[in-house]
Amino acid sequence: MTWEFASPGAFAMAGPTGKITYQPDGRAVVDARGIYYRQLNEQLRQLVKTGAKEIDVINVYGQRYLGTSIPEHVKLRIYGTPGNDMAFAMHGPEIEVFGNAQDGLGNTMDEGEVIVHGSAGDVLAMSMRGGSLWVKGNVGYRCGIHMKEYGDKVPLVVIGGSCQDFFGEYMAGGSVVLLGLGLAAGETHKAAFMGTGMHAGRIFVRGTVDPGQVGKEVGLTEPDAAELEQIRAAVRRYVELFGGDEAEIMATPFVKMYPKSLRPYGRLYAY
Amino acid sequence: MSVMKTHLWPEFIIERNDDRCIRCEVCVNQCSFEVHSFDATFNEVFAEDMNCVGCQRCQVFCPTHALTIRPNPTQPRPNANWRVEHLFDLKKQAESGGIVLTGMGNDKPISIYWDHLLLNASQVTNPSIDPLREPMELRTYLGRKPDRVMFHRDSELPGGPVVPVTQMTPLVPIETPIIFSAMSYGAISYNAQKSLMQAAAAFGTLANTGEGGWPREFRKFHDNVIVQVASGRFGVDLEYLNDAKIVEIKLGQGAKPGIGGHLPGEKVTADVSQTRMIPEGSDALSPAPQHDIYSIEDLGMLIHALKEATRYEKPISVKIAAVHNAPAIASGMVRAGADIIVLDGIRGGTGAAPKIIRDNVGIPIELALAQVDERLRKEGIRQQASLLVAGGFRNSGDVIKAIALGADAVYIGTAAFVAIGCTLCQKCYTGKCAWGITTNRPDLVKRLNPDQCTERLTNLLRAWSREIKEMLGGMGINSLESLRGNRLHLRAVGLNQWEMDALGVKGAGF
Repeated sequence: MTWEFASPGAFAMAGPTGKITYQPDGRAVVDARGIYYRQLNEQLRQLVKTGAKEIDVINVYGQRYLGTSIPEHVKLRIYGTPGNDMAFAMHGPEIEVFGNAQDGLGNTMDEGEVIVHGSAGDVLAMSMRGGSLWVKGNVGYRCGIHMKEYGDKVPLVVIGGSCQDFFGEYMAGGSVVLLGLGLAAGETHKAAFMGTGMHAGRIFVRGTVDPGQVGKEVGLTEPDAAELEQIRAAVRRYVELFGGDEAEIMATPFVKMYPKSLRPYGRLYAY
Repeated sequence: MSVMKTHLWPEFIIERNDDRCIRCEVCVNQCSFEVHSFDATFNEVFAEDMNCVGCQRCQVFCPTHALTIRPNPTQPRPNANWRVEHLFDLKKQAESGGIVLTGMGNDKPISIYWDHLLLNASQVTNPSIDPLREPMELRTYLGRKPDRVMFHRDSELPGGPVVPVTQMTPLVPIETPIIFSAMSYGAISYNAQKSLMQAAAAFGTLANTGEGGWPREFRKFHDNVIVQVASGRFGVDLEYLNDAKIVEIKLGQGAKPGIGGHLPGEKVTADVSQTRMIPEGSDALSPAPQHDIYSIEDLGMLIHALKEATRYEKPISVKIAAVHNAPAIASGMVRAGADIIVLDGIRGGTGAAPKIIRDNVGIPIELALAQVDERLRKEGIRQQASLLVAGGFRNSGDVIKAIALGADAVYIGTAAFVAIGCTLCQKCYTGKCAWGITTNRPDLVKRLNPDQCTERLTNLLRAWSREIKEMLGGMGINSLESLRGNRLHLRAVGLNQWEMDALGVKGAGF
């Protein structure tokens, strides 16, 4: 699966490192080239403190923890490759990445939205408890593990491509949609141990899932009508963000992975 | 399947002195394990010994002291290898097929080195100090200390203002080197956690939330609370992290090194579910590893994620169980950016652990502490992190010996619980604690009056602090800082050479 990233355009080479410029509409543009994450994040915090609502960050080369410590409803556009643990414990911002994301994206994320116009690495959405994550391409190992939900706080993760092993391990809540758009005709998801230890939440997989691919705590079924509507809404948004054809995507049936028990280990012990 | 006749027999015997018993039914009402029952027809109180866990609640509350609860004298043929405990566990497993659970810390006679270490006192050459009349400094600052402190004189003139130029990292003061261990709401009761936080606030020390979240109503104790980030990440959000004084990453626990935790669904009540932010009645699973940490570099990543999330305003602590390679691991932890490191020894308590793990995995805290302190000193990085230790500290003597071995402060859990009622019956995991400590049953939780418990806990802290001052004064020392890592004030009795080498102390007489 290939795609082209939106180009940061005219300001790709703007100014020396760490420089802040402003677009005519007042939008701040931070050049992250060569500066350390601590300075970059501090710069973003200061900008938000002075009232910035939309910030473009260009020339991002692996700086970590973007979006972590800005508990405001601001929009960040990231051009380049953000580093590990982007949106760790994030509460509020909307981040759009024009590039690939690395490991730990959305770790313990609480509120807000992250859109990745590329692929993401391992342990995506670990212990995520709210907000939504949209990845156009594939994700790595142990994604969606130990996600949680409480009341109306239900995290949503939508992945366009496929995933690696231990997907949705220990899952304790939330919804995940795995579209498998990069798979060739007849090709299936390769991940093993999907949903091992799952005890709440739901995973919707487009295409087929072999019972041998999932943990013994996981049941497989067809999504019901209400769930299909949720899936359709997610697909519609995916298409809006990344392109594609909703009807074509929805034409392939989905499998629902669900936990057989809220208490997978209830009978493990001698009292 | 037919009902299986149990081959277990009562662990405790209930003896009721009928001359003293007034049929008041206090024992019937106090027992949460359904041992006592009153039969009005015969005006008789009966006891089902089989259910008794030996928690002594009925005996303590019996107004006429009519009850004696003691270990069952019935013994099979004595056998040095096959002790009764082994027989009981075997039979339990034969009848259930399960992992034997237990609560509290290791109860086996694994070398307790505190009992083999003796303190020094001044005689003639160096006067002892009377703490009743002279100032004694117990205040301790937790966090990363700078390698050196640099100042700049602003003016060329003599007497010009001197300003510090060293960038200080956040430090947290505690008024006594004793803090309350990580015990999560859910594993312990609402009132128990409230008592610990209230007492910490009253005395100027700290209490640790454990990994089960932090109820809103307890946020007012924010200046005295350490929050934990464990593999379950229960209740962790930006507000939780920023409300606390210190953030602690939990990687291991002395009672169950290497394994995670399962808070059973029946303990996840509506309130616990809200605090942990998980559905009511579901198992709260803490996986064994933190899945974003597979290396020291990954640990560094989480440490700095938490520093970013708290804007570098709070020390980040990392807790591990005391295991074989603790010194090398601790060195990595400090280099990864930990401002505080915590070691939890094999005698550390728990609300629930597989007994086979509690009793067989880990090492005594004394050895781990001495070796970690030694290693960090040799590497020249000891000042970069405070060193906290946990795991079965019974009195102020144990605490002061730990300071002399190199600890900055000590975590106490079991000792604090004994102060508010616990008798170490080890049945925390049943959720039926008759003392209201490790239960979420409303009728049992209300047995614990938080204000009275706070008084008991602050009394305990005051008493231990006084004793520490007396011992310090006896050594001719007026500041705890001067004793820290000062092993010349310790001598060993009854230890092998390798043990003295590991502890870095001389034998008594030398």
